[in-house]
Amino acid sequence: MSFVLPIRIFLSSSILLLAACGDSGSDFAKPREKRSQPVDLVLLENGLPHPSVLAQEQLVRRGNGEEPQTLDPHLAESAPTSHILRDLFEGLTTESQDGDIIPGAAARWNISRDARTYTFYLRRDSLWSNGDPVLAEDFVYSLRRSANPETASNSAVMLLPIQNAREVLAGELPVEDLGISLLDEFTLQITLTGPTPYFLGLLAHPVAYPVNRRNIEEYGDQFSRPGKLVSNGAYLLQAWNPRVSIELRKNLLYREADRTIIEHVIYLPIEDLSAEVTQFRSGGLDWTNEVPNNQFKWLQKHYPDELVVSPWMGSYFFGFNLATEPFVENPELRQALILAIDRRVITEKVTQFGEKPSFALVPPGIDGYVPFSPEYADWTQEQRNEQARHLYKLAGYSDDDPLRVEIRYNTSENHKKIALAIASMWKQVLGVNASLVNEEFRVFLQNREQKAITQVFRAGWISDYNDPYSFLEMFRTGHGRNDYAYSNSTFDALLDEVGTERVRARRERLMFESERVLLSDFVIIPIYTYVTKRLVDQRLRGWENNVMDHHLTRHMFMLKTRAPGAEPPVEPPADTDAGAGDSVVTEAGAFAEEATEEAAEETIEGATEEGAEGISADIEPPGQAAEQAPGNENKAEQEGEGS
Amino acid sequence: MNTPADVHIDDPGAAMPQPEDPFAAAMAEQDIPGRSLWVDAWHRLLKNRAAVISGIIMFVMLLLVIVGPMLSPWEGDFTDWDNTASPPNFETGHWFGTDAVGRDILVRTLEGGRISLLVGLVATLVSLAIGVTYGAIAGYYGGFTDRIMMRIVDIIYALPFMFFVILLMVVFGRHIVLIFVAIGAVNWLDMARIVRGQTLGLKNTEFVEAARACGVDHKDIIRRHIIPNLLGVVMVYVTLTIPQVILVESFLSFLGLGVQEPMSSWGALVNDGAQDMESSPWTLVFPAMFLTVTLYCFNYIGDGMRDALDPKDRA
Amino acid sequence: MNQEGILRHSATRLLGLIPTLLVLITIAFFLIRVAPGGPFDGEKILPPEIRANLDAKYHLDEPLVQQYFRYLGQIITFDFGPSFQYKDWTVNELIARGFPVSMTVGGLAMILAFIVGTLIGIIAALRQNTAVDYSVMGVAMLGISIPNFVVAPLLILVLAVYQGWLPAGGWDWSIQRMVLPVVTLALPVIAYIARLTRGSMIEVLHSNYIRTARAKGLPGYLVIRRHALKPALLPVISFMGPATAGLITGSVVIERIYSIPGLGSYFVQGALNRDYTLVMGVVIFYGVVIIVLNFIVDLLYAWMNPKIRYDEVQ
Repeated sequence: MSFVLPIRIFLSSSILLLAACGDSGSDFAKPREKRSQPVDLVLLENGLPHPSVLAQEQLVRRGNGEEPQTLDPHLAESAPTSHILRDLFEGLTTESQDGDIIPGAAARWNISRDARTYTFYLRRDSLWSNGDPVLAEDFVYSLRRSANPETASNSAVMLLPIQNAREVLAGELPVEDLGISLLDEFTLQITLTGPTPYFLGLLAHPVAYPVNRRNIEEYGDQFSRPGKLVSNGAYLLQAWNPRVSIELRKNLLYREADRTIIEHVIYLPIEDLSAEVTQFRSGGLDWTNEVPNNQFKWLQKHYPDELVVSPWMGSYFFGFNLATEPFVENPELRQALILAIDRRVITEKVTQFGEKPSFALVPPGIDGYVPFSPEYADWTQEQRNEQARHLYKLAGYSDDDPLRVEIRYNTSENHKKIALAIASMWKQVLGVNASLVNEEFRVFLQNREQKAITQVFRAGWISDYNDPYSFLEMFRTGHGRNDYAYSNSTFDALLDEVGTERVRARRERLMFESERVLLSDFVIIPIYTYVTKRLVDQRLRGWENNVMDHHLTRHMFMLKTRAPGAEPPVEPPADTDAGAGDSVVTEAGAFAEEATEEAAEETIEGATEEGAEGISADIEPPGQAAEQAPGNENKAEQEGEGS
Repeated sequence: MNTPADVHIDDPGAAMPQPEDPFAAAMAEQDIPGRSLWVDAWHRLLKNRAAVISGIIMFVMLLLVIVGPMLSPWEGDFTDWDNTASPPNFETGHWFGTDAVGRDILVRTLEGGRISLLVGLVATLVSLAIGVTYGAIAGYYGGFTDRIMMRIVDIIYALPFMFFVILLMVVFGRHIVLIFVAIGAVNWLDMARIVRGQTLGLKNTEFVEAARACGVDHKDIIRRHIIPNLLGVVMVYVTLTIPQVILVESFLSFLGLGVQEPMSSWGALVNDGAQDMESSPWTLVFPAMFLTVTLYCFNYIGDGMRDALDPKDRA
Repeated sequence: MNQEGILRHSATRLLGLIPTLLVLITIAFFLIRVAPGGPFDGEKILPPEIRANLDAKYHLDEPLVQQYFRYLGQIITFDFGPSFQYKDWTVNELIARGFPVSMTVGGLAMILAFIVGTLIGIIAALRQNTAVDYSVMGVAMLGISIPNFVVAPLLILVLAVYQGWLPAGGWDWSIQRMVLPVVTLALPVIAYIARLTRGSMIEVLHSNYIRTARAKGLPGYLVIRRHALKPALLPVISFMGPATAGLITGSVVIERIYSIPGLGSYFVQGALNRDYTLVMGVVIFYGVVIIVLNFIVDLLYAWMNPKIRYDEVQ
């Protein structure tokens, strides 16, 4: 009887599915689309790709996670917004492919002996997209606008190292008192409150980007629309369709336009992670923002060449509310809970993307800084569990009287799974009765801030700049983001010293010590350090993994698709200007460009000038500096606002 | 959804004027008052094979979800780290496989069934209570009262239902009780309209007139004459609303506003499973099967009941 | 019901729009503001002075009732204000972009659902209780037995990823991008309409005047077309109002999964981000649409069946 029809449909389809999933990879689900293979890469002497390997159309479509709230660089908050702004604008400094801070609008700079005064010498030939020259006063105007309380910039707190910034933001001093001054048409001086090694990195952050004064005066709130926006970066705003796409096209007036290969970028704000993957698979995207955790194994199996995983400057941890029960004045309990978690299981079974288990606050990878590692990091998990049980009993809990605790997190698949894992581990090892409280992002943040009902909550931090201080400063007593109610005067004093210490090695030791103090107070439950994970079309090159996850489109290019069965074409061009010592990376003949020599000189200039002008030997020149551009706002913010 | 029972098609070719609604007709034509309508309807229902099979399936389903989790070696929140995201496997004891954190899908499905059926039932009862009372009062008293009350219904009807459920969840948080209340409170409108329509019809029947003539109190008339005769329609409606409510809850789960961990519902399970349908299809297929079968069954039973109670159906 | 009656009724209904709208606006306004958290909470710390500035700029520091009246005054001029979340855009602009998309997808889905649903229902009714009836209705019921957030990814997987016949999502007003969302959105509505049509058609086919028409020798299809169709479709017509509301709901899922820039997701994101103005704008907009549609449906219904009585039974 046909009533049974629907039942039969389901039974048969499920049997089919089950039969097909003999192994966990479900081979029947192998995608039928073929990924196009690129030709082999051939580089020129100057590092640019050989024109013969480039695709006809230099277009890249990047998945960007969510619609940007604004394209006004001073109001930008989220990472997706910053990605777009990095292509539109250029600050005094900018970033190379691998994340090093290199000269941007400023050709070179020098830093005073006491590391408090920076003098920037702008390039003389930079232009805005409307033809205006880029002048030092543009930066003065822009930094003042950024720090102006009326602009109400969320990121302006990053400018605090600048002298008087604090007072200006608080409205106590007029913007003209901000510690920046115009020395001449192309020279700008910035005075800081204290040595700030990561300052050059800060300048590559959108909050310090220049905006064209005439642009704003003419259009007011509408200045960021396509057709109106004036920018000084590698790209122009061509079209903006909210929630559909943002299209950029190459800015021909950009100072390095001849080295910019990608002509068009389209940013697609796809929020749903699975939808983003399917768009990539069906050829609609060349670059995704992220990938869903659950599909990692499957993607690893079916898209091994496109899946890219790379360390990220961020730390994932949960926090304790030290102001209320049960954690107030209870370090044994806190330590027990920290120990009873098997981080290896979480990173291998739950998140699975190669995150590194962590027992500390600051992630490894910051140049030269070795983070503190507590003793129990080297124990086995059994040893940790045993110690945890011991401490749990000391704290007064037992199977008859178990701890009841709430684990609070904001809506997100990833947070949910980790919270589940933690609750389950606490139950299995200690018998803790943990309940999960899932809240909407805004509610979650508010509750954390009020510190009244939170107990254990999801925290974490993605650094704004490549320096450990970014992780430490929020634990200061009374800091706006100190949702842990942590207050330790030793820690505060150490941080104060960090702020005034010029000698690098000493500064690092101080930070190491403050991290030790923090971790010995058991304020947070470190879980892992972040990685970025995304799918990238194999034809897209020029980008490199960098720990801040900043990828400027102007470094990228698209390779030609290899015709199926064809040999990789490696053709030497007819005219070669190869000098005696010049050689290209492959067997193709050299194709030297004159422009490259100038470019090479400029970058070297930045470094040598510094060496020559008597900086303290302890402050390293930007070429080697570990400081990166502060770009990524707290990742947790996006995870919360995403699906 | 709305099957407006308050408007009816007239029949120009009939010998005698047709009454407004089937119930009144049935009752007017019955020589033997009382239970035989129900017995009649019951016999008709039993002849409807779809409904009967559905009924049996639902009974089995209820047994499964109530008793099943107690028989399983796994608990719903136990994370089997050695077997995360593994396909169905009799050896490990995970007959339906496990999810990404190693929880047994069979147990989760059955426990999710408890929640889904509970939500369906309670939310429907809430909307029933409100809707029946409201509609009966409006239909019975008629006139100005009716107009005002239906006006209010119209106004509320115009509000985008889902938006308000979402807003309510956003404002008041995500306790499961709130889900019952939110869905039920927004769903009572259809019930009210139907009941009002039926009441309007019933009001004019002879036995009600007779009761009034005897001086029976309004309240008692509503209670003893109107409401019992509404039961048929109401039962049909309840049976058809439950699947809708279950779907609404699954929609809320999609938005992250449904039942919260560690509780789960079929909607939440299906939602999780849909994300991984390629890499771990068992996380989708089993909960989806249970959900779909249940929804089918409720719909068939409801349709069967409606056909059984409707004397015009000569099938 | 005669002409005068219809006109009188329409006028009453139109006037009735206003209190309905007001109730809608008031409930939505206070509800969203009562929700904990505000539009300026973020993981970055906002210095208190800046926070105060922002609040003042958007009048969030005024008493709630004052904000309410200010808002009413604003929307009389059809100005829904700036979006808190998408700072560069006004709500009017966003709605102007999102609405055509939502209405296109929703409208096409409605048309599809109507055509397919009534067809299925009529066929089932004509072959009542046969295998055709059961199988056709069984398949139709799939639409209300599988949530659309399961159907959508399934369709995408099979048709877009594996076969590559259609794009996986996105929106550029091309037909290809409309196919999957419209079909997915229509499925549940098809099921309801089919059911409704079948039930109502069965009822009509058993009524006396149909019997009479048949007895007179009228061929089958003429019977249906001339006598049975209109009355049978009446319940379907009056279902269109709530059906539209249902489409609006379903669109949130569709928009998320297919990455369509419609109004439904504006609402959800707006509510979650406390973008007060955007939420209010979308709610009011949808409210107006539903009200207008209900009104049209009423008129259609009255036109199709002149025997409807709206007066109360005394």
